[in-house]
Amino acid sequence: MKIIVCIKQVPDTVEVKIDPKTGTLIRDGVPSIINYDDKTGIEAALQLKEQLGGTVTVVSMGPPQAEVALREALAMGCDDAYLVSAREFGGSDTYATSGILAGAVKTIGYDMIITGRQAIDGDTAQVGPQLAEKLSIPQVSYVEEVFEATEEYVVVKRQFESGYHKVKIQTPCLLTAIAELAEPRYMSVRGIVEAYEKEIKTIGFEDIKDGLELDMIGLKGSPTNVYQSFTKELKGAGTVLKDLSVEEAVAAIIQKMEDKFII
Amino acid sequence: MSKGIFVVIEQVNGKVQNVGLELVGESTRLKEDLKDDVVAVLLGHNMESQVDKLFHYGADKVILVDDAMLENYATEPYTKAITAIVNEYDPEIMLFGASSIGRDVAPRVASRVKTGLVADTTGLRMAKTEAEFAKEASMGCTDPTRALLMTRPAFGGNIMATLMCPRTKPQMATVRPGVMKRIEKDTTKTGELIKFPIEFTAADMNIEILDVVKADKKSVDLTEATMIVSGGRGVGNAEGFSYIRDMADALGAEVGSSRACVDAQWIEKDRQVGQTGKTVRPLLYMACGISGAIQHVAGMENSEVVISINKNESAPIFEVSDLGIVGDLKVILPKLAEAVRKYKEAKASN
Amino acid sequence: MDFKLTKPQLLQQELFRKFAETEIKPIAKDMDEAEEYSLDLVAKLQKAGMFGIPYSREYGGQGADVLTYTLAMEEVSKVDASTGITMSVHTSLCCSCIDQFGSEEQKHTHMRPLIDGTAIGCYGLTEPGAGTDAGGCQTVAVLDGDNYIINGSKVFTTNSGFADTCIVFALTDKSKGLRGLSAFIVDLHSEGVTVSANIERMGIRAASNCEVIYENVSVPVANLIGKEGMGFKIAMVALDGGRIGIGAQSVGIAQGAIDEALKYVKERKQFGKTINKFQNTQFKLAECQTKVDAARLMVWRAAVAKDNHEAYSKEAAMCKLFGSEVANEVTRVCVQLLGGYGYCREYPVERAMRDAKITEIYEGTSEAMKMVISGAMKV
Repeated sequence: MKIIVCIKQVPDTVEVKIDPKTGTLIRDGVPSIINYDDKTGIEAALQLKEQLGGTVTVVSMGPPQAEVALREALAMGCDDAYLVSAREFGGSDTYATSGILAGAVKTIGYDMIITGRQAIDGDTAQVGPQLAEKLSIPQVSYVEEVFEATEEYVVVKRQFESGYHKVKIQTPCLLTAIAELAEPRYMSVRGIVEAYEKEIKTIGFEDIKDGLELDMIGLKGSPTNVYQSFTKELKGAGTVLKDLSVEEAVAAIIQKMEDKFII
Repeated sequence: MSKGIFVVIEQVNGKVQNVGLELVGESTRLKEDLKDDVVAVLLGHNMESQVDKLFHYGADKVILVDDAMLENYATEPYTKAITAIVNEYDPEIMLFGASSIGRDVAPRVASRVKTGLVADTTGLRMAKTEAEFAKEASMGCTDPTRALLMTRPAFGGNIMATLMCPRTKPQMATVRPGVMKRIEKDTTKTGELIKFPIEFTAADMNIEILDVVKADKKSVDLTEATMIVSGGRGVGNAEGFSYIRDMADALGAEVGSSRACVDAQWIEKDRQVGQTGKTVRPLLYMACGISGAIQHVAGMENSEVVISINKNESAPIFEVSDLGIVGDLKVILPKLAEAVRKYKEAKASN
Repeated sequence: MDFKLTKPQLLQQELFRKFAETEIKPIAKDMDEAEEYSLDLVAKLQKAGMFGIPYSREYGGQGADVLTYTLAMEEVSKVDASTGITMSVHTSLCCSCIDQFGSEEQKHTHMRPLIDGTAIGCYGLTEPGAGTDAGGCQTVAVLDGDNYIINGSKVFTTNSGFADTCIVFALTDKSKGLRGLSAFIVDLHSEGVTVSANIERMGIRAASNCEVIYENVSVPVANLIGKEGMGFKIAMVALDGGRIGIGAQSVGIAQGAIDEALKYVKERKQFGKTINKFQNTQFKLAECQTKVDAARLMVWRAAVAKDNHEAYSKEAAMCKLFGSEVANEVTRVCVQLLGGYGYCREYPVERAMRDAKITEIYEGTSEAMKMVISGAMKV
């Protein structure tokens, strides 16, 4: 089975802080990591490879610095890595990104594509399904378990809020992974040594432009645009209420929960 | 010309989900500016009984696609049906719940009809002022007076972004469940029901659903919990944690604790929040009977909303709380749990 | 000379850091309290390749360099010095004897399982009556046909509670003193080997450190490393390398304590402000970090010399001497910065301070280091 895993390098959002003066993101010194769900996808792919044989290819669209994410994937055990990178691709929204990725994975070839459900920086969960659409292959998103895998099909557990579906899907297909699917393995020391002996192949604009909707890539071609961005209001000093009756206290708490969309 | 605010209504087991009614409610508010009809799109099998409810909550029209193939959610048949509706009616706006279904089908539809999609929005409004129109026009917007401004959190909620979809239609968004408000139910209200048949073929069901299982939610790690109800020394003893557990159960939250209770073996170590326990950042942190020593606060100060209950009005926990109640948790929590359950029931019963 | 790690080294460091934070830190305190090393953790360390870092892939090793190995030692020791010594004794002492002096056959049969993550090794030199003065060694090995018969007892054998293989130093010719010492690869599962319970200690309490008794233990002639009489040389060369590891362990212990203190002083309030606002706190931490950085550079210097196959005995002794002193000083300062909480077992600086002491003692005491250094200076 030839599996492609699409990964994204993201800033570790736990570390992201806002500059209180300028209101912009402070990215300096914030470590970059492989997006969590994507790393789960890598693990799932490696497990499928161990079971069925074949190869795991990892693909990332991003700036040249995304190389380290690809090296990390190689060090976990992926066989080869592609960086999809070009000036023309910069600023792409999910529609544009999925179009570019579709072009890239077509040139590589695949039986199955695995993506993470969503990235922790954008949280859209859109690129996986949009990629499947661009490739005209079926998808199962929110995959939390693989029950059975063969070259021809996989049977997976598809998570919903209120339970799950057990779904059989034929290859070629696309799965999006959630954290429950697999516990990502560590890189190994030897894996890192070998990862740096491998070549990371680059797919640029010229390599895939013939298959792209050229007016729908990059910042200009993306159908959605950022109108403005702003930081959330800082938390003001809270209120402390005393000498309330139980009913008043309960009402105050319910009101607060309602205001904050908690219930 | 594109017209209509379309809402794709989510149903599970033949029952309309809350998020759909919330979006219909929000659409009636958008309608005040846009003046277009609110159209609910209902997909499923034997769903006709649910149609009136959509009218009652604000829909002007309901488009019903009723087919056995739509009984359980599957990506392709749903995508095909919604795409057919977009192609037939050319909506101005199309909204989905940002649920595990909405976030599966919406990107597929957007990609197929070649338009943009904004994910997981928490705020929607129509552009109104001349300045806004001008800014939109400068971004290539073909029709600024009908532009939808869609706001969403990014970077784990650290930053908010407002997006638009200036050149393609429909303007599509998924909307976070629980954020928008339903309108008051009006049982006298009716509207136009449009039955929209789709010619499905066997090939449209490109996956095979082998089993449909309902499941309860499992207990999750505190660091991933969206709500935590935490107990401190003020709960008194191990039995006292039943107040905390019951409250957590009512909210669907996880149980947390300060170190003191772990040391006293009232609760397991993996529930400890703080410097030597876990660092959490839930949407809601309820601190009950926790004084708020710096060692504890270090583990929870990044919570979105902190509500605390403590007998001692000078407890430092109040300094980091959005709402502090001076009172006895053993008196307040049982009543609060009851109130939360009632509130949720009322919401669920539509 | 740019004092910067390479890209692969940086990625290795990230692996070590993540592994230490996720797998070791959460259980370090419990292991210390129980005075028992987790075998589950041993298995995880093996899987990640932590027991064969600087060894050739040809023999099943990980194929990284000695500098990378010091990065691993630092990162694990930041959260748990016991893990540091567990890795160090296996890697620097046990495996290096075979790697540097063993035959091709010994490397394939005995070193491979040690460095590919299937077996654990230890090193038996110290005896109840022979510490810094290895000449006091009493353990003997007598040739009997195709086997040597070993009798004697070794103390403070790290990892012996769960190890599979031990490099045992025994006299093959009592009349020659140190020149009569030979090194053997001994299967610890052999008949006649008895391992005591873990010796109760002040620090690195999780590490397995026992007395091992050898009673008529039969070892094939093929397991003699090098030739008879080479034992002392083998032991000393292994210790030279080991000291780089202990230097790195010391740096890790100290850096771990600084990291904890740094976090704490930003949260702890006294006199109306967090205590990082006091100059005493700022200066103490500045002094600590400066010393740790200096110690780390000394460790790296020794490691790079070893990687380049240059002489490194003096450099290794220096980085251990200085690093271990820094570890002791810095952990003491950090406990002081945490005040009463620093003295409590709930906070990890208390353990770091206890763990630091041993770095001045094992794999050659500070006094022995000064002997090595002054000897190299031809004082």
